[in-house]
Amino acid sequence: MPLASYALGMMEAAVYAPEVFARGLPSALRREQQSEGSTEPTGAATAAATPLLSLHGIGLSFGGVVALADIDLSVYPGEIRAIIGPNGAGKSSLINVISGVYRSDRGHVQLDGVSYAQVPTQRLAHLGVARTFQNLALFKGLSVLDNVASGLAYKVRSNFAGQVLGIGRSRGEQRDSQSRADQILEFLDLTAVRDRLAGTLPYGLQKRVELARALVAEPRLLLLDEPMAGMTAGEKSEMADFVRAARDRFATTVVLIEHDVGVVMGLSDRIAVLDYGRKIADATPDEVRNDQRVIDAYLGVASDNEDGAGI
Amino acid sequence: MTAITGSFSSAPVLPKWIVPFLLLAFAYGVVPLIGSSYLFEAILLPFLALSLAGVGLNILTGYAGQVSLGSAAFMAAGAFAAYNFNLRVEGLPLIGSIFLAGIVAAAIGIVFGLPSLRLKGFYLAVSTLAAQFFVQWALTKFSWFSNDSASGVIDAPKLSIAGFAFDGAVGRYLFALTIVTALTFLAYRLVSSQTGRNFIAIRDNETAARIIGIPVLKTKLLAFAISSFIIGVAGVIWAFAYLRTVEPDGFDLDRSFQILFIIIIGGLASIRGAFFGAALIVVFPLALSRLGGFLLGDVFDSGVLDMSQRIVLGALIILFLILEPDGLVALWDRVRRRLLFAWQST
Ligand SMILES: Nc1ncnc2c1ncn2[C@@H]1O[C@H](COP(=O)(O)OP(=O)(O)O)[C@@H](O)[C@H]1O
Ligand SMILES: [Mg+2]
Repeated sequence: MPLASYALGMMEAAVYAPEVFARGLPSALRREQQSEGSTEPTGAATAAATPLLSLHGIGLSFGGVVALADIDLSVYPGEIRAIIGPNGAGKSSLINVISGVYRSDRGHVQLDGVSYAQVPTQRLAHLGVARTFQNLALFKGLSVLDNVASGLAYKVRSNFAGQVLGIGRSRGEQRDSQSRADQILEFLDLTAVRDRLAGTLPYGLQKRVELARALVAEPRLLLLDEPMAGMTAGEKSEMADFVRAARDRFATTVVLIEHDVGVVMGLSDRIAVLDYGRKIADATPDEVRNDQRVIDAYLGVASDNEDGAGI
Repeated sequence: MTAITGSFSSAPVLPKWIVPFLLLAFAYGVVPLIGSSYLFEAILLPFLALSLAGVGLNILTGYAGQVSLGSAAFMAAGAFAAYNFNLRVEGLPLIGSIFLAGIVAAAIGIVFGLPSLRLKGFYLAVSTLAAQFFVQWALTKFSWFSNDSASGVIDAPKLSIAGFAFDGAVGRYLFALTIVTALTFLAYRLVSSQTGRNFIAIRDNETAARIIGIPVLKTKLLAFAISSFIIGVAGVIWAFAYLRTVEPDGFDLDRSFQILFIIIIGGLASIRGAFFGAALIVVFPLALSRLGGFLLGDVFDSGVLDMSQRIVLGALIILFLILEPDGLVALWDRVRRRLLFAWQST
């Protein structure tokens, strides 16, 4: 399992030498990690490793509505972990708790071994966590390039005066963030729309730009809330390829919410199933597929609008 | 895919700096020679001051998305601060007084920007009214600000920068033009910098901005500070170069609304828009009074003029909000593109 051990090494590097990590992997190393053809799940076999993310007894309610009830979850470095469940099951709430947008009523979130009652949203990027939103959350008035470059805003050290006058470290920062944004645009095949205003792009491309904005920081943990919602089958499989490629290239751990069970089965290493705020299953795709509770709660219902691929 | 971007760039592209450069050359080289004192006193000086105020408010409202109805208060703060620095600090050059006045306005802007950390949109706009009322009250209440002058109206000091005196209408015009040009250039640099992009990010999606690590609170207060600095300096130009007196009355809520209308009509989140909007706001009443006098003769007195101004302006703003929410700038760009296109296809 070269990827898993590599990811572990990354974590150590991040703990002991965050500077090294922040600058990203040398591209040579990264290329070595690319394993485009391999479909073998990699993360699931790392049960012995420490989880990058773990949730302990998370509970959250809105008034009388229980959005999450006593959720435990462990996500290991390098895995693609799907969270599925019917509408209103609490999937988005879970991502909002992990990213600190919501504060859970009970339980705590552990990132990289550090426990939080509420994850500090403002420090999320520094902690190596990036996310996308179920509803588009792009900056409509910025170009695609600037949207993606803004994913590096957490690292900016120059102040506004330096930027206005073009002195100090501001120039280098600007150049650096643009070139890294350009690399990501290239990676996600967005170069052609680089200078367009984000708000003017078709929906599917906007979703991809949002992925680019999250990826540009080379996060250790990437939270994707329905990145393929509202897409055509072709766009979905393209997006799935991008997610897989991103994991391989940046050794990113992915938590993925997705409605389309077919896509999820092919893409993820493990799947957690939520229903009415409870976790009713947490296993490999094959096990989940055959789990009677899951079939009752979700798969049976979903099979009408399912395109049949992968299940 | 390249066709998407390619199809837009077929028009001949002038370097970005050409148009502002030509305009400036005209404003410095030609206007002072041909302009009448009416042009300077009644049109260009208020136009410059209001344009700069519009640039300042656009940074806060157009770019950072924080609505403010306190612009006139920051203008007043700037004007009175510059007056007092000039009066009370021995040996401080005028330009130093103006800079410090901007700092004072910025500080007040930060204080009255604090509610923006909790409030949004309409509620924030209402809370910035506090600045409007408080500053006007304080300036009227404490005669120290007006150097205990009995009437509360005080003469502005002579204008000079580095020993160079700006006398007469032309001199004051050049003084205002220079400051407006310098600050507008810096504002332009700002909105295209990382900080400017952070403003837009917060405006467009505050949660996403926070998630990617933009320091939201700090950035909002910075927007208030920079915006108030610029508006404060605009207030100095208004009082020192245009009116030649410093008094609180001209900086009332009407003025705040006027500046807001300038950026709505001109175009939100556009530096050029502030100039378009200010031009319309300044020229429009003059044109209306000429036209009214011409058509209606004596019936068109100042009362009717005032009334018809408000009605037409109100209608204009509603029209713009509905038909052209991106303002005169967008209108202008569209017309220009059409003309270019027509010109090319002949
Ligand atoms: N901000 C909120 N305010 C009130 N109720 C909420 C909020 N967010 C989520 N909920 C409720 O929590 C439940 C779970 O919602 P959500 O996490 O969005 O589900 P999912 O993403 O699985 O569709 C739903 O009943 C929803 O109405
Ligand atoms: Mg959801």
